[in-house]
Amino acid sequence: MEFGPYLMLAMLEGAVLAAVLALMASGLSLVFGVMRVVNVAHGEFYMLGAVMAWVVTQFMMGLGGGPAVNFIAAAVLAPLIVGSIAAAADVVILKRLNYDPERVIVATIGLLYIIQQAALMGYGPDAKPVVAPFNERIALPWVAWGENGLEMYYPWGLSTTSYKLFVIVAAVVILAGLRLFMTRSRAGLVMRATQLDGEMATAFGIPVERVYAIVFGAGAALAALAGVLIVPIQQAHYLMGGDALLLSFIVVIIGGLGSLAGTVVAAVLIGMSDGIISVFFTPTLAKIIATLAVALVLVFRPQGLFGVKNR
Amino acid sequence: MFQIEGLTAGYGQATILREVSLQAAPGEITVLMGRNGAGKTTLMKAIMGLVRAEAGQVRLDGTDLAALPPHQVPGHGVGYVPQGRRLFSELTVAQNIEIGLGAGPKEASKRRETRDEMLELFPRLGERMGQRAGTLSGGEQQMLATARALCLRPKLLLLDEPTEGLQPSMIEAIRQVMVQMRDRGLAVLLVEQRIDAVLELADRISVIEMGRNAEDFTKPEIAPGEARLRAHLGV
Repeated sequence: MEFGPYLMLAMLEGAVLAAVLALMASGLSLVFGVMRVVNVAHGEFYMLGAVMAWVVTQFMMGLGGGPAVNFIAAAVLAPLIVGSIAAAADVVILKRLNYDPERVIVATIGLLYIIQQAALMGYGPDAKPVVAPFNERIALPWVAWGENGLEMYYPWGLSTTSYKLFVIVAAVVILAGLRLFMTRSRAGLVMRATQLDGEMATAFGIPVERVYAIVFGAGAALAALAGVLIVPIQQAHYLMGGDALLLSFIVVIIGGLGSLAGTVVAAVLIGMSDGIISVFFTPTLAKIIATLAVALVLVFRPQGLFGVKNR
Repeated sequence: MFQIEGLTAGYGQATILREVSLQAAPGEITVLMGRNGAGKTTLMKAIMGLVRAEAGQVRLDGTDLAALPPHQVPGHGVGYVPQGRRLFSELTVAQNIEIGLGAGPKEASKRRETRDEMLELFPRLGERMGQRAGTLSGGEQQMLATARALCLRPKLLLLDEPTEGLQPSMIEAIRQVMVQMRDRGLAVLLVEQRIDAVLELADRISVIEMGRNAEDFTKPEIAPGEARLRAHLGV
């Protein structure tokens, strides 16, 4: 394949990764932005979303549901279940630690292992697939100069699937919805007020601890939704949360902890560069470059590209 | 009627307030005075439940506020204008007012009415509704902080050094609002450092020193007791 079509293919793969990463990292960023705590177990909520998607689709298959119905059920139920587990963990664990940032890091490391081992015991060590609701191959056109000027043709191998395009569109729609929710709704306003000054929010009748539980649950639900979206492309496995967590941290550090806009921009940068570098060179080099980018950001702009200094 | 009886409160292991008692009647301005570090701001926060009471009672019309979860205190009619304003700086003027209304009247028509009333009281805020609170001038920020607290339609209004760092015209505007609120029957509890600013305004002055009650002055005792008041404050 020529360079142009090859680059386009790499960019498409990168866009799928960016979409999933943006969803997952937005959850991490939302939790840090409002609660000022780092959730190290965030990757496990992503894994749990994927595993729950498999569980729900298996259950639905038993009831005779088709792939589309099964997937819709998984996309609705898995984030709800995972979000509820996270909200319960907030009330049972984080609230008792008074949301102390250092102790929350240690507690969520513990939570990471509990969830991971519970998944290993309940789900097993094998990777399991979920059938995509639709997965038609779509050949992509390319243009090149021919004998009659600019000509369109379909290079061999330049294709994607309808499901991959759906993942990109779904992530864009969900993130736009999240943005609208945060900026236009009363609940979003309450979350932003809590983020800006929790004590003053309390002084104006906002039940801050309840907001924290909801935010922690919502952050985990976003990670779970990312897990549901990725599982027809990448199988569900109990160890899949580790790499996703690392990439999410890279994204939120580059974008600026707590900045949703920054998270999305950084996810696109990291996702696209990962896709392109992985296709042209190796996935390892892509990870090395992403890590180097984090190091550069931490040295030259520690608050991230969109973060605010000394908040 | 607002009454504090034997309130002991502090941060963690450090006790700041020891058996403090105080009262503020509706239609009166009670001024809380004391030197820096005397515990005035801690007392305001303890009333709001932001600093937990170790002992004592904080009663407003028979309800013990100290026994409530902190977020329920404003719902019982306590509006708070903290020291340094502490607006939600990234939110707009309209959104700050919306947050204040959230703990106020439940009916939509009452909320609209309250909002309109605030914009009538502080017309300048009406011109700045879409502006971020953090970009307002000091005086405008104070207006917004006061409006945000009044949106609750409080029975008790707590103001912690509301004129700090403001120009004279703004100080007068804030003073007018306090008088207006008192005349509407609110109990106003004001923390103020400057004696000259409160001599005429106060219906009652309560002085605290090192977290304890030092001396109280009723309206008729204020003018004759000015020298003692200055001695308490070291000015």
